[in-house]
Amino acid sequence: MRLPLIHLSASGWFVMLAVLAAFATSVPVLATTTADHSKFKQLQEDFESGPEVTKACLGCHTEAAKQIHKTKHWTWEVLNPNFEQKLGKKNVLNNFCVAAPSNYAFCTTCHVGYGWKDDTFDFTSEVNVDCLVCHDTTGSYAKAPGRAGHPQYEPVESPPGSGKFRKPIDLTRIAQKVGKTSRDTCGACHFFGGGGDGVKHGDMDSSLAVPDEDLDVHMDALGNDFTCTTCHKGSGHDVAGSRYAPTAMDRGEPIMRGKPKDKNRNPATCHACHGQRPHSAAQAKLNDHTRKIACQTCHIPKLARGGVATKTSWDWSQAGQLSPEGQPILKKDDHGHVIYNSKKGAFTVAENIDPEYVWFNGRVKYTLVGDKVEKGAEITWINRFEGGPADGESRIWPVKVFHSVQPYDPVNKSLVVPHLAGNDDTAYWKNFDWQKAVTVGMASIGAPFSGKVDFIETKMAWPVTHMIAPKEKALACDECHSKNGRLEGIEGVYLPSRDGNRLLDLAGWSIALIALIAVIVHAGLRIATRKK
Amino acid sequence: MTVERIYIFKRFERFWHWAQAALIIFLMLTGFEVHGAYTLFGFEQATSLHTIGAWSLVTLWVFAIFWHFTTGEWQQYIPTLKKVDAMFKYYLTGIFTRAPHPFRQTTVRKHNPLQRLAYLFFWLVISPVIWVTGWLYLFYAQWGAWGLDGILSLQWVAFFHALGAFMVLIFFIAHVYLATAGHTPLSHIKAMITGWEEVE
Repeated sequence: MRLPLIHLSASGWFVMLAVLAAFATSVPVLATTTADHSKFKQLQEDFESGPEVTKACLGCHTEAAKQIHKTKHWTWEVLNPNFEQKLGKKNVLNNFCVAAPSNYAFCTTCHVGYGWKDDTFDFTSEVNVDCLVCHDTTGSYAKAPGRAGHPQYEPVESPPGSGKFRKPIDLTRIAQKVGKTSRDTCGACHFFGGGGDGVKHGDMDSSLAVPDEDLDVHMDALGNDFTCTTCHKGSGHDVAGSRYAPTAMDRGEPIMRGKPKDKNRNPATCHACHGQRPHSAAQAKLNDHTRKIACQTCHIPKLARGGVATKTSWDWSQAGQLSPEGQPILKKDDHGHVIYNSKKGAFTVAENIDPEYVWFNGRVKYTLVGDKVEKGAEITWINRFEGGPADGESRIWPVKVFHSVQPYDPVNKSLVVPHLAGNDDTAYWKNFDWQKAVTVGMASIGAPFSGKVDFIETKMAWPVTHMIAPKEKALACDECHSKNGRLEGIEGVYLPSRDGNRLLDLAGWSIALIALIAVIVHAGLRIATRKK
Repeated sequence: MTVERIYIFKRFERFWHWAQAALIIFLMLTGFEVHGAYTLFGFEQATSLHTIGAWSLVTLWVFAIFWHFTTGEWQQYIPTLKKVDAMFKYYLTGIFTRAPHPFRQTTVRKHNPLQRLAYLFFWLVISPVIWVTGWLYLFYAQWGAWGLDGILSLQWVAFFHALGAFMVLIFFIAHVYLATAGHTPLSHIKAMITGWEEVE
């Protein structure tokens, strides 16, 4: 698998499309803004670094950095409101590349800042806020992996020794063309979570940069053309919505502008626009489902529908195998997906897969470093989705469940933080030595490590909420209303056709059969005695 | 033995009977599919057809109830135990030995005592079970607004709806068969079509 090159793959197409659309309808491209940044004298400079651009931005947008400083995009720290756990990228573990600490220079390629390579990063620095990663409209801005969030400022020979040089990005041009966020800018990180296109979520990948109606009715580039912030609408740079504390059940009607009671509601739910009875009168029965079934359950029929595969499992215990010459190995399947990489282990990937379904009330409990884990029959949940049929707050949600085998400390019975990335003599990706990698990783967060590394099976749930299909392509009733349907494992709800009282059915059909036999015998006797 | 013809079933009554028969067969067919017994129309189609069938039957019943009251025909279902034993005996033995039918139909007593009991059971037990649970099923979304959440569970509503359905099915089998147990195998059925019954 490639490193997560932050690279706006579909943006070229998108810009072309936008230009064509503008040309066809004779509407100026900048019709929605009153400011042409290319005319600002503050931006007529040869910018040599990201922070220089930010400094220019802050000259006018005086409060922007302070706003960013308060968000989880900047702090990577979130307090789990339900379990008083400290979450956020800085604190959680996952079962992909496991954890950010000790790997910051690499992971912060997706941080909205410049220079977070270790604990010395200054979180109060305003010029270290990266405005461009979200506000670029050219599609040419990219943060380079391993540079702690900085893009490439100087020509880089690629591959080394080839005499071919990759040009640095044109910061001045990018700065003069800043604009609103887009699917491309959000997607630059969020489509590539987990280390590559579509890897992590299954409902978010580069196919959403320019989706058609089939892939997503709202983001359909030639239709509704929603951007991410059409739903994830916030103010003061605070983006609405959270996977740490999702809104599993919103009982409200559509949010009305200005209504005080709607002030604190999450605008990124389906109900925020569609209310509680979204189906037409002709399909009123469907509205009966909204109390127990999340909209996403029926309206997202499959995961990874856009032609980009998502990862389904990862086995770290297979990592470290080298070729006879001592070189790392890379294996691909018939479709070109990496299925083995010495640095990372073995993978499986899939497209168009059924999600799994769980009762979910919006509370997610994380297994953090130090929380006791046991290797055994029960697979460890990295994040347990809480909820059940009886709590009155849960609905049935689709999730992508990702399975892994990942390193842990069998003595302290704790998951561990491995130091994976870095040009040093302890990083796993360079040295293939778990002992060293985990020692450094755990030390970076001040956590105890016994010195022993073993591997433990884990699973992690990802809420599925994007890639909403057109209504004609929503799940058909019998996908769930049938024996062995999609909700086979869901308890606590009566599903006509799936469920029934077995005793009643047995008795009912038996008595009906006996009655039928009785009348047939009776009729036979009548016929037999007729001629006497 | 003389055969007499009497006019028993009036035009509306005949229409009501056959329309109801068709609807009940249709409701059983779609209902047991919704229950998961087999696949015929597909769940979605079966559900909406079942709902349409149910409302059609409700409409028919509104007229039938009106008719029963205005004509006084409801009295046909007043139960009696008189001759019930004779009816049983006839179906168990007499019918095979060509013994005379213990009940003689007239326009004011068109149902034999067993029929009276069976139909009364149908109107007073089976139908209410089916209708009440059916409506609860249909108006599931309103349970909260009606204060029924926590009192009712869909599981038990479905249980009693299915229980009612099995009773209808068993009634249906017996009823269709006993329709052939008249003066001749087809005399009851003819009467239900033309209105005229042949009695001995």
